[in-house]
Amino acid sequence: MPAKKNRDKSDKVPAAEPAPVASEEAEGPPPPEPKPPVQVLYCGVCTFPVEYCEFGEHITRCKEWLQEKDIDVYNKYYSEEALQAKIGTLSLEAQTKLEKDTAKKEAKAEAKADAALKKKLASQITIKRIERNKRKHVTAIHGLEAFGIDLKKAAKQFASKFATGASVTKNPQGQEEIVVQGDVSDEVLEMIEGEVGLLKGIPADNVEIVEEKKKKGGD
Amino acid sequence: MFKKFQPSTDIAGQTPVKSSVQRSIRSAVLEQWKIEPETLEAVWPKKEGLVHVKCREHISIYTVRGEPIFFQHFDGPIYPTLRLLHKYPYVLPMVRVDRGAIRFLLAGAHMMCPGFTSKGGYLPPADEALPAGAPVAIHAEGKEHAVGVGITKLATEDIKKVNKGVGVEITTHIGDDLWAIKAL
Repeated sequence: MPAKKNRDKSDKVPAAEPAPVASEEAEGPPPPEPKPPVQVLYCGVCTFPVEYCEFGEHITRCKEWLQEKDIDVYNKYYSEEALQAKIGTLSLEAQTKLEKDTAKKEAKAEAKADAALKKKLASQITIKRIERNKRKHVTAIHGLEAFGIDLKKAAKQFASKFATGASVTKNPQGQEEIVVQGDVSDEVLEMIEGEVGLLKGIPADNVEIVEEKKKKGGD
Repeated sequence: MFKKFQPSTDIAGQTPVKSSVQRSIRSAVLEQWKIEPETLEAVWPKKEGLVHVKCREHISIYTVRGEPIFFQHFDGPIYPTLRLLHKYPYVLPMVRVDRGAIRFLLAGAHMMCPGFTSKGGYLPPADEALPAGAPVAIHAEGKEHAVGVGITKLATEDIKKVNKGVGVEITTHIGDDLWAIKAL
């Protein structure tokens, strides 16, 4: 904890004294060396500093994570005494309200995550062969982003794999898709099935190949 | 400020900053923050070019090695990002809100005066009073690290006197969309 003027004067609650992560620093004439930064332990689940996990959406998982990661710090924040000290600073009514709120928030977040997962599993990938000219085609791949794939990088991968142009473009509906020059729909399907490179975690059942012919006058 | 911020849609472009502009930014930072040149050098080495990330609504984020280190709104004061502030908490003057306010702060609300004047809160004493429009680090009762960065809407002495309405506006807080950006 950097000993600084405005901090020293604060009437800090003793229960919240610096975590073992704080770095030492000497007061006095400014040293020529740069001051070392304070090391902050961030939660691996919600990315907050661990002391703010209680306000996050995944408090149960955060707790588990911290318990595994660093039992000392865990005890500091979640042991019986720590919880008691915390309640002491807040009226009982507000405390119960807060707890209820957190529980609600957590349930909500969980439901949201569930829904997102379901959506992900249900989302379709369309490989569309579009006729450009009688014998020339482009292949549009739509829906990869639902599986957390970086479209730009995936396009690059296609481009180098097929040695053709591949780009990320917006389709008329305003969604982004990868357009690869040439008819590569079968190869792309194979790549998705074989989980080549970036294309990981896509169930092959969700992939469909469609064909789009150029519209002709009377045909 | 960063309540809704999508890097894909809200960033207009990234440009390396001219060295003469970098010099003026460096001196502005040294003037506005309580930071030693050596420490700033550790955060932002002279050799590493600053990259200016231009965003919508006149927000500029400055990054070093892809990592955002400070941001600015139009010509306003330069704020450190929260991760930087956690590492060097003394660069900005500190105010503290009581525990009841944390919940609202994390939802992106501006901080009302009573949160600072109540038992758990803290404002600098009269001889270190801050004027309106000063960037501050917002800490929370019983917590060690800052929870947000804000700008005072009232002078701290006025906050004590008026004790009503918005005292500090939040520019960024833990868990907002700027927090979610670890690298640009």
